[in-house]
Amino acid sequence: MSSEMIEKLTNQEYKFGFQTDIESDVAPKGLSEDIVRLISERKNEPQFMLDFRLKAYRHWLKLTEPKWSKARYPKIDFQNIHYYAAPKTKVKLDSLDQVDPELLKTFEKLGIPLFEQKQLAGVAVDAIFDSVSVATTYKEKLLEAGVVFCPMSEAVEKYPEIVKKYLGSVVPFTDNYYAALNSAVFSDGSFVYIPKNTISPMELSSYFRINTEESGQFERTLIVCEENSYVSYLEGCTAPKFDTNQLHAAVVELVAMDNAEIKYSTVQNWYAGDPKTGKGGIYNFVTKRGKCAGKKSKISWTQIETGSAITWKYPSCLLIGEESVGEFYSVALTNHFQQADTGSKMIHIGPNTVSTIISKGISVGESENTYRGLVQINKSAKNARNFTQCDSMLVGHKSKANTLPYIIVKNASAKLEHEASTSKVSDDQLFYFRQRGIGVEDAMAAIISGFCKSVFDKLPTEFSVEANQLLSLKLENSVG
Amino acid sequence: MLTIHNLHAQIDENKILNGISLTVKPGEVHAIMGPNGSGKSTLAKVISGDSHYEVTDGEVTLEGKNILDMDPETRALSGIFLAFQYPVEIPGVNNAEFLRMAYNAKQKFQGKPEADPMQFDAILQSKLELVEMSPDFADRAVNFGFSGGEKKRNEILQMAVLNPKIAILDETDSGLDIDALRIVAEGVNQLRSPDNAIILITHYQRLLNFIQPDFVHVLANGQIVKSGDKSLALELEARGYDWLVSPVNG
Repeated sequence: MSSEMIEKLTNQEYKFGFQTDIESDVAPKGLSEDIVRLISERKNEPQFMLDFRLKAYRHWLKLTEPKWSKARYPKIDFQNIHYYAAPKTKVKLDSLDQVDPELLKTFEKLGIPLFEQKQLAGVAVDAIFDSVSVATTYKEKLLEAGVVFCPMSEAVEKYPEIVKKYLGSVVPFTDNYYAALNSAVFSDGSFVYIPKNTISPMELSSYFRINTEESGQFERTLIVCEENSYVSYLEGCTAPKFDTNQLHAAVVELVAMDNAEIKYSTVQNWYAGDPKTGKGGIYNFVTKRGKCAGKKSKISWTQIETGSAITWKYPSCLLIGEESVGEFYSVALTNHFQQADTGSKMIHIGPNTVSTIISKGISVGESENTYRGLVQINKSAKNARNFTQCDSMLVGHKSKANTLPYIIVKNASAKLEHEASTSKVSDDQLFYFRQRGIGVEDAMAAIISGFCKSVFDKLPTEFSVEANQLLSLKLENSVG
Repeated sequence: MLTIHNLHAQIDENKILNGISLTVKPGEVHAIMGPNGSGKSTLAKVISGDSHYEVTDGEVTLEGKNILDMDPETRALSGIFLAFQYPVEIPGVNNAEFLRMAYNAKQKFQGKPEADPMQFDAILQSKLELVEMSPDFADRAVNFGFSGGEKKRNEILQMAVLNPKIAILDETDSGLDIDALRIVAEGVNQLRSPDNAIILITHYQRLLNFIQPDFVHVLANGQIVKSGDKSLALELEARGYDWLVSPVNG
């Protein structure tokens, strides 16, 4: 590809970089036991939550930041972050009509019309602005089916027993540095509970938005699927443009009991930093893990990662139940100065467990894209199987791709396959398209969409179209 | 229709075309022959707009319009088609979808309605028969894992779908067995019309047994050193190129 094309390719605009002028209730910068207490107090939490937070905070103090990822970034000053920011609301919201119109405008700009499109499409939406859930649609209709879909803060209040039982059961606060931090200060997030023998009557969806400068977003999501139940959940994320970096350290925990299935999809488009200098952008340091606790349970992670200055996450599955299934389908597109170190961990514990990892990494501009994954077959996991495929695509001459698979097998009956490939979008391919009258932009979109097809096919139908458009958007005004 | 005047082009400071002039009128078939390295493929690439080559002098016009200022896609949309000598593989991109993109790009350029997948399928089926390709050909990725012969037939299929004004076939005959050669040649012959023109770049006379050219040009050291009718090709077959090619001056 010519340098001129790369130049254009690396000059695309971030559409979601606006800030909304909304009165916020912001905690002072810095982290201390007082701040942790303040967060808990603001949220009117019961004692067990405060205890959970404080234990996590005290543990966090003993930890040091992990350094093993490929990502390079200046040291984060954890005392220079607002750990709590919420849109000021005078009364508690009972319905969408009471939501601040400025906020609704924001979500409209983001292409998330809470009322119209999604409702017509039959998707329930939970919108989270900075740290607080501002609107959850379709709550009542879901409740009729027995499905609980609400902000985490509401779950703590209304379903304390379930929260107490499962919060931290998949990702304990001792798990890692950022999980400990999140456990201490998490503000809100989505809570989903699907009772026995229940199929969620619609797709559930959360939209996350960071608005306040120098604030961190620490949301916490918990999804529990009881026996013979099913849910499909999608999260989308955006943030305004700021010169300073913002930390996003979320924790997502999934629990699937016997014959339960959870499909978790992510379309991540956080602000990636200035295209020319790499300044600003989100540090997306997230811990996502699912526990296939029950027999024949299944957890699927599908992620489309296109944003963030740095993405550092490994959605994982603990395959405990006999014949349980873990899947990970990922497309990670990095451009400009973005860095991604992402992949999956499949820990096989029960017998006859099966896992699949399909990872597609696309590196454009001067970005670096790393697949890092672990497939571990424990002694107890008789006849476990894994199939892993890691494909990397390089665009231009300055981008980088790495593949770092770790495989640990402790039971000789296991069957594992690993395939990997690296390809480059060549000048010749682009010329071939152009000679047939197809412009570079459309050519790139077709090549990348073809490269990612096996992953897009795994997204809920309407979102696979969105994902395709998002990737095209990322390359739009950029080439041709 | 296509006029090339005093065309000079180079790649990385190496002069390859040294003043080519050629006029192609509607309905004509021109064969360009010549030894290896004489600039045949470069001529094809320069006309179609490959940015690796730099045009240092001369002009190329299509129906009076200077095409050298156009980007490759505009040239293609204006009616220039290159059947590549080595068609590139594009994994993951469906052949039928690729063809539809190209077809619709052209329709749009001409202000005509674009075809949806169903409508396009009907167009494609008739063209597949022309080059004796089975329908499952359309469902494979563009040129991916195709044999050499399949790739060449795919080029002719694309030519049939896009119906260009000027088709340049760059050694489409090389690497083909006699049956594939016949299929390709028959496809090309069916696409001949009084409104379009074809430039055949070839090493061998045998293609010209299947596709009768109106003119034969011999290219050597980036210049046309001799032009004639189809009997020139037979003469070249018998005598080789040496008698036409003067040694390169220091």
